[in-house]
Amino acid sequence: MNKREFLRDLALSIPAVGMLQALARDAIAAAAEGPAADAAAAAPAAPAAPAAEAATEAAAYDPSQHWWGMGVDIHRCIGCNKCVEACKAENNVPQEPFYFRTWIERYSIKADGDVQVQCLSTQPPRGEDTPNVDPNVLRTFFVPKLCNQCAHPPCVQVCPVGATFQTEDGVVLVDSTYCIGCRYCIQACPYGARFLNPDTHTADKCTFCYHRITKGLQPACVEVCPTQARIFGDFKSEESRLARFERMNEVSVLKPDMNTQPKVRYAHLDGEVR
Amino acid sequence: MKKVPEQLRRLGLVIGVIVAIILLLRFVILPAHMFQNRPHQHATELREMAKPIHHAGMPACRQCHEDVYETKYAGFHRNISCENCHGPAEAHVADPKNVKVPRPTKREFCYTCHAFDPSRPNGFPQIDPKVHKPHKRCITCHDPHDPVPPVAPKSCEGCHGTIWKTKALSSHAQLECTTCHTVPDRHMEDPRSALPSKPETREFCGQCHGKDATDAAAPKVDLASHGSSYLCWDCHYPHAPEKRR
Repeated sequence: MNKREFLRDLALSIPAVGMLQALARDAIAAAAEGPAADAAAAAPAAPAAPAAEAATEAAAYDPSQHWWGMGVDIHRCIGCNKCVEACKAENNVPQEPFYFRTWIERYSIKADGDVQVQCLSTQPPRGEDTPNVDPNVLRTFFVPKLCNQCAHPPCVQVCPVGATFQTEDGVVLVDSTYCIGCRYCIQACPYGARFLNPDTHTADKCTFCYHRITKGLQPACVEVCPTQARIFGDFKSEESRLARFERMNEVSVLKPDMNTQPKVRYAHLDGEVR
Repeated sequence: MKKVPEQLRRLGLVIGVIVAIILLLRFVILPAHMFQNRPHQHATELREMAKPIHHAGMPACRQCHEDVYETKYAGFHRNISCENCHGPAEAHVADPKNVKVPRPTKREFCYTCHAFDPSRPNGFPQIDPKVHKPHKRCITCHDPHDPVPPVAPKSCEGCHGTIWKTKALSSHAQLECTTCHTVPDRHMEDPRSALPSKPETREFCGQCHGKDATDAAAPKVDLASHGSSYLCWDCHYPHAPEKRR
């Protein structure tokens, strides 16, 4: 065989291999769908079943139809901490203090301009004692905080391995199998919404309860909020509660100067809130 | 035109074949999902979606407990989901016979929302646990599914206790709240939907404190010369007028 013959045979064999492979793929697909697969289903098809289920579920949910967001009304929050407890139960967040996907802050603005911020969620339950009313406090209120699910997320920009990303429906997720736990995103988040999960040693954060919202449920914190201080909805739908929230209130976002374009909108937000 | 040299044509042929092979590999032989923009991202989405649900949601509770839902819907707790008090209930929905949800009965449980806290919004029903029927369970008097207060607050004190106490010790103690504020009826039922009015002009205070006013007990000032263009409450706190701001 000389050089010319070899090159000609090579050129001819490539399309032949491609066609064979395409035929084989079709045959495999037909076998999996057809009734003939039942006989072989025992071992190889069993692990495939959940994947197929997930696939049909994913097919029913079209992420391009949604752009999720949350509304928080400061005037309604009573600081009961139920959202924090529900979030921990729903998402298996470590129960020890200082690990939160959502948390509540108490702001106290004093007469001399001093602003005191206290994380309510790390405090033990208060019991019988009634706190003294400090006459120097001009105004005081609760601010629920969570991942703002920014449309321009700084955490996604800094991730060196592409483990954190924005889904098509606007939720920022972390791929815990890609995350190397370098903590860059925790540093980059202007809202302090991320933490390093002590069990997996990967970055962890609010997912808007992605497993719930894709099934038509509300996030756990919104579900349990007793005063409707939290509203969940879809920016792409005029009928959603979020659209009404935006129409009825003067809404603002946290740290607008960072140009992160958060999808968590606050109503009645005091200018001192950072 | 000059003829293309033989060696260039051969080189061109080889390069063409290589390009053809690459194109064939990319578009025909290798499966399309290898070139998807974000395969691992899609896998993460699927993994997140597959996570178990713990809170079933109020519609699920309603399917069996319609009677409780009806009671609750008519009362003040209408917007509170069942799982707020009873905890995550998906396991109970899946197996109602064997898994029961907790039924909180302790007094401390209600403190979570109803113990007084200065940061809570005005008008939210709050109690001082030490003063309000100590050592008695809340559910003895209040049905948690329809928490009607045994006595509806008649006076403004029920919600605006701090202002009430301040005013009671001031020289305005004799005045009713309604002397200065017009309170719509709806404010008693849904406080934020109808807010009471507030005085807006110097002349309002002048009705008592102007030099021509008939009320003998009120100290008099000449509105034209006193305080120039400032509003009265820029310097005097109306609920405690002796205190200067």
